[in-house]
Amino acid sequence: MSTGLSENLSQDPRQRPTLVLGGKGFTEVTDTVCAVSERRKWPAIWYIAFACSLVLLGVLGACLTYLISTGIGVWGNNMPAAWGFPIVNFVFWVGIGHAGTLISAVLFLFRQKWRTSINRSAEAMTIFAVACAGIFPAVHVGRVWLAYWLFPIPNQMSMWPNFRSPLLWDVFAVSTYATVSSMFWYMGMIPDLATLRDRATGKAKQFFYGLFSLGWSGSNRHWLRFERAYLLLAALATPLVLSVHSIVSFDFAVSILPGWHTTIFPPYFVAGAIFSGFGMVMTILIPCRSAFGLQDLITTRHVENMAKVILVTGSMVGYSYTMEFFIAWYSGNLVEQFAFVNRSFGPYAWAYWTMFSCNAFIPQLFWFKKVRQTMLLAWIVSILVNVGMWFERFVIVVTSLTRDYLPSSWGMFRPTSIDFLTFLGSFGLFFTLFLLFVRFLPMVAMAEVRSVMPQAHGIVGEGHRPFGDYWPDSVHPERQRKPSPEEE
Amino acid sequence: MNHDTAPLWGMMAEFDNVSDTLAAAEKTRDAGFKHWDTHTPFPVHGLCDAMGMRDTRLPWVVLTAGITGALFGLALQYFTNAVDYPFVISGKPLFSLPANIPVVFECTILFAALTAFKAMLVANRLPQHHRPLFKKERFRRATQDRFFIVIEAADPKFDADRTRAFLESLGGLSVEEVEDR
Repeated sequence: MSTGLSENLSQDPRQRPTLVLGGKGFTEVTDTVCAVSERRKWPAIWYIAFACSLVLLGVLGACLTYLISTGIGVWGNNMPAAWGFPIVNFVFWVGIGHAGTLISAVLFLFRQKWRTSINRSAEAMTIFAVACAGIFPAVHVGRVWLAYWLFPIPNQMSMWPNFRSPLLWDVFAVSTYATVSSMFWYMGMIPDLATLRDRATGKAKQFFYGLFSLGWSGSNRHWLRFERAYLLLAALATPLVLSVHSIVSFDFAVSILPGWHTTIFPPYFVAGAIFSGFGMVMTILIPCRSAFGLQDLITTRHVENMAKVILVTGSMVGYSYTMEFFIAWYSGNLVEQFAFVNRSFGPYAWAYWTMFSCNAFIPQLFWFKKVRQTMLLAWIVSILVNVGMWFERFVIVVTSLTRDYLPSSWGMFRPTSIDFLTFLGSFGLFFTLFLLFVRFLPMVAMAEVRSVMPQAHGIVGEGHRPFGDYWPDSVHPERQRKPSPEEE
Repeated sequence: MNHDTAPLWGMMAEFDNVSDTLAAAEKTRDAGFKHWDTHTPFPVHGLCDAMGMRDTRLPWVVLTAGITGALFGLALQYFTNAVDYPFVISGKPLFSLPANIPVVFECTILFAALTAFKAMLVANRLPQHHRPLFKKERFRRATQDRFFIVIEAADPKFDADRTRAFLESLGGLSVEEVEDR
């Protein structure tokens, strides 16, 4: 069976699909990717998007200035719901980051070669999402100028933070995560920065790409250590990413609040994080691939694969929602049972059912090939996934806090306009950073894409690799070392 | 720029596909050169064998760093919470290992990951912004779509004429001298 160049959607398991379409070779792949950051005239849509993002960033700056100069009272946080929007937004953004690490590290370990077209932008998304996430707990402490108390720094009070608290674990987990994913992202980018350096025509570009590509020359002696370090970083980032959202879930699960104190939280949070992150990756990449002409690299099949991941993780999340309910009933604990009945039929039922529909029901549309392969439909579903996952965190934080054990201490949570504007503003930070990224940095990992092309294994021309793909590092028998004439 | 006065740094041969590069690397290895390298736009699998390279010891360095990180995390928590500032919270013991595992884990990853990156740079002698090769117009494609075999003049077997003849016999696209500038 032969699949044409524009077609890599065959589901025949005997043949691995081509990952790069359009009959592209190394030269064309390099040109296509570099064309994005080398173009002289940027499309109007970029400027419009950048202007909107800057406005939102300004909103974030204004809200934070107002908050810090006035006090936490500008938010709706109050007893009994002392956590409110900042923690909802924090968990939302950290969760989004997880897909980037999953794509760059976990799929790398599983040798999922299709990741190479999307891993760079997904990792960038991770770092920018973690940057947005970091703002919220930092300003939520109230007196931000004392935020350094979170870290074990010797101080004049002779006091140390309490390491038996999950909140401190969270400080370590999120800061380690931010550090390691930035480094992983930068390290993977060094060879591609060298490509941009070698193609650069302007002095400024030559200087900055040259500076940050560290004098990379593609030496095979360097590649050996580079690849080994990359593999080790992937192997370290994989348990790290699972630990980060597990620890975020400990913030809830280690407390004794009904609805939070459950052992299902760590796996349920991790699945939800990957689910929301893939949602965001799709939301960003579907417009990017059309805007920058990357359809041959980020193919329909890539979108379809992401849709399948969303379907699987969405079903896991739906299973978790149902299992929480079952355990609440099965435990025989009246307070726990009430917490869940209250979630789905209490005053925040609208939020609960928004969450349930967006996360558990709507992704089921991805069972249909038509939806997975139609860009507009897939894009709409991915946005609804983002909406649903924000509501999941809202439901968890707000319903459990507003109605716990004592009815006399119940209350309602009412967010203020500053709450909404701060959240909206965080999107400004996220998109400003992302738009600058696509403007100046290689948004597809060129070196990695080249290495998964058939030509990288000495196969010239088109066609599927009958053998090598299943053992990615093995050398095709026909291409094994032939003895040189002197040896014979 | 006077090409004649600059001392010779090495000689480079250019290839445009993986099979030729692998075959050429094997021949260079078998010819007994020591100070030589292959420059490729992506890691070519099988090239390390074709060049007769030893494996890297990077994983051992990273393992050591990971263990150091774990011990650091444990010592930090023991010292701060059980020795320097003992403070009983919700009746928990001052030092309770299960509660300390998450931070130990994060420190392990942090130390190991930072070391993996740093050790890669140190072992590769990066950053190194000046290389004679960067002055060659053709070599710019080493990070894009071409493959280069470079034999340095520092190699004991290097001889300008014979090395050029050898590189030309490998069947690449071009052979050029690299001046030391």
